[in-house]
Amino acid sequence: MLCIAGTEFSSRLFLGTGKFSSSTVMAQAIEASACQMVTVALRRVDLDNPDDDIMKALSQREYTFLPNTSGARDANEAIRLAHLARAASGSSWLKLEVTPDPRTLLPDPVETLRATEKLVKDGFIVLPYMNADPILALKLQDAGAAAVMPLGSPIGTNQGVLTDFQVKIIIEQARVPVVVDAGIGAPSHAAYAMELGADAVLVNTAISIAGDPVAMAAAFAKAVEAGRTAYVAGIGQRSKQASASSPEDGKLSSDLRFLA
Amino acid sequence: MNITLNGNNKSIQEISSVLDLLKSLELTPETVVVELNTTIIQPDSYDTTNIAEDDWVEIIRFVGGG
Repeated sequence: MLCIAGTEFSSRLFLGTGKFSSSTVMAQAIEASACQMVTVALRRVDLDNPDDDIMKALSQREYTFLPNTSGARDANEAIRLAHLARAASGSSWLKLEVTPDPRTLLPDPVETLRATEKLVKDGFIVLPYMNADPILALKLQDAGAAAVMPLGSPIGTNQGVLTDFQVKIIIEQARVPVVVDAGIGAPSHAAYAMELGADAVLVNTAISIAGDPVAMAAAFAKAVEAGRTAYVAGIGQRSKQASASSPEDGKLSSDLRFLA
Repeated sequence: MNITLNGNNKSIQEISSVLDLLKSLELTPETVVVELNTTIIQPDSYDTTNIAEDDWVEIIRFVGGG
């Protein structure tokens, strides 16, 4: 079973809660996914809609909430958001996200490492969103990250796991769980990440903007389970040389003259 | 008295506590976090923490996000 910072998760699918058409659809999709970890963001209250509270829709079941620091452009902003998140959630779980460039939303490796070091000292359970850089993954792990979250492709692009070569190295080297986050656009992408040996995947856009988000959430749950089962079962080596699946011995020896 | 609330100027009653402000905005205290001049105010201090002229108040809550 997946274990992060002493908490066990039977589902290896984590869900983001952004961009759903309504809180009801979001809650139904989360239910259909059977996930146990959901991410949320922090924003200024819309003072014209004081009743608009996402936590109401998420209160039916017990989830581990993973607040993110989205919007932070450097370590200091992320640290400030982290403390606000802890005050709001009462828990120390944190998806650390430092994205200075709004065009690519790629994570800043230096600021992410700096913030991880500080937040671990402040007692947070830090899961940093990072580029798929194996060296950085080791440094984040040494700094006390509870898991590392390399991107498959940029946030919200639905491009899939374009970073598979590096993600594989990260998985081989990591002592902490590896959660492939961002860019996973279809269940096949999630299955692929799990086949590579990822411990979990985090999916948001692919589900929230689907024609039927609830059905898509169920499809992702199956894909993640299939990919994980295949990884554990042991996937065969690729080869350039064909090798017959049917036995070579006992083949019919007579001429197939009727084909002439 | 004037304060900056979530980045905008706002006029509020004199000698308002954080709790008074939340009530006047029809916000349930349990659903938000309040930062006063970049310091997080603990919920049990909402009624004893007063807001002064020119204070910066941020009221924040969880929203959907990935």
